[in-house]
Amino acid sequence: MSYGKFKALKGIDLKIEKGQVAALMGPNGSGKSTLLKSILGLVIPESGKILISGTDIKDGYLYRNNVGYMPQIANYPENLKVRELFDIVKDIRNGFKKTDEELIEKFKIHEISEKYFGQLSGGYKQRVTASIAFLFDPEILILDEPTASLDPLSTEIIKTKILETKKKDKLIIISSHIISEMDELAGRIIYLLDGSVKLNLPVKDIKNGSGERLGKAITRVLSKSPKI
Amino acid sequence: MDKKIFKYILFDLLRNKFILIYSIILMVMSFSIIYIGHDSSKAVITILNLILFIIPLICLIFGTIHFYNSREFIQFLLTQPVNRKNIFRAEYLALSVSLSLGFLIGVGFPVMLYGLSLSGLYLIVTGISLTFIFTALAFLSSVLNKDKVKGIGLSIIIWLYLTIIFDGLVFLVIYFFNDYPIDRFIIILTSLNPIDLGRILMLLQVDVSALMGFTGATFQKFFGSILGKAVSILFMLLWIILPLFISVRIFKKTNF
Repeated sequence: MSYGKFKALKGIDLKIEKGQVAALMGPNGSGKSTLLKSILGLVIPESGKILISGTDIKDGYLYRNNVGYMPQIANYPENLKVRELFDIVKDIRNGFKKTDEELIEKFKIHEISEKYFGQLSGGYKQRVTASIAFLFDPEILILDEPTASLDPLSTEIIKTKILETKKKDKLIIISSHIISEMDELAGRIIYLLDGSVKLNLPVKDIKNGSGERLGKAITRVLSKSPKI
Repeated sequence: MDKKIFKYILFDLLRNKFILIYSIILMVMSFSIIYIGHDSSKAVITILNLILFIIPLICLIFGTIHFYNSREFIQFLLTQPVNRKNIFRAEYLALSVSLSLGFLIGVGFPVMLYGLSLSGLYLIVTGISLTFIFTALAFLSSVLNKDKVKGIGLSIIIWLYLTIIFDGLVFLVIYFFNDYPIDRFIIILTSLNPIDLGRILMLLQVDVSALMGFTGATFQKFFGSILGKAVSILFMLLWIILPLFISVRIFKKTNF
């Protein structure tokens, strides 16, 4: 897959099972966002296939009913009210099943529902984005550096939510730079470098009972790999 | 189409101060022209000449800026279970409708207030058609360029070309090939410029031959008034459909 002349991902072959939190790691420009965006259909691969529950995502857009997404930074029209955005996403899924409003309550979205997005800070916008990502209880959650612009309290709320969601046998893919956070959350580490998968292992295999911190363990495993 | 997306994008735009300022400026302009001039058909022509400049400029510049500002929101909508085409359609319709409303309030209202009859109605039709055409061109220039500055640059070039350079080129053609039967060729040339089409549609109605210029006279001679109007409206519709068709094709393949 390439962006213009720049190839962001090359020959990726990944299979991720549900019921886990998979952490997508790697340096800036390694293709993490591109990989996440191609699962969402924001980026269209030049070649290759992306299957979700056996269906090629090229075949339609309805698969996104079951995908929640939280981008690094979200921006909404300045003169749109928070309530109206929720109205839009609910209308898009008309006949939506029951919603999961836990985050809406914990983030106190009701207090700002009549405010315009132009009045909201980045952190508040990110809380709205998170609430929408989890709102329809999706089977797959794609979180692109979810805690980057959140305050510590909200970060804690999100983390708890992620772990609860995992227990419901869903798949959560998180891209992050914060290794300590991934140590708490992730069951699997996928390490990307220059658009290829360098590592795809469960956390317990990486640590291998050594009791090391995750960061150190990843470095050790990566340095053993002959490809680097 | 997803009506809620359209509805709220429209709300967002109508709450935008820019549309309000646009209406006010148009309204001040229209009222002063109507007050100063005594002859109503002349007033319509003067307003026409002004909106032929203003509408393309505003739609192109504001349309392009709006598209780039909406990029992150479009990206958000694309992650929802919606067809790409519908998102583009909602964005386009909301912007054209809000700019048309601005125009209706700013020009339509004063003109109707003074009872300028059928020619006033044609002025409104022309203005709204131009709004839809140039919003479509603004979106085309936005989907063609990933970079905001390049997109706005292209929009300015389109405006300069269609309002200023094109007329010069037509004039040159007429000047050099005056001895040849170039009527048909001139009609083809005219249909290549939506602003000229708007002017002809209007002038065929008001019937001020002296102001009609070469292209207008040719149109009237060639088609007669009624067919001439129909042909110019048809060409204007093509000017909406073609840019949109191309834009949607590009938009469907764009990486966000």
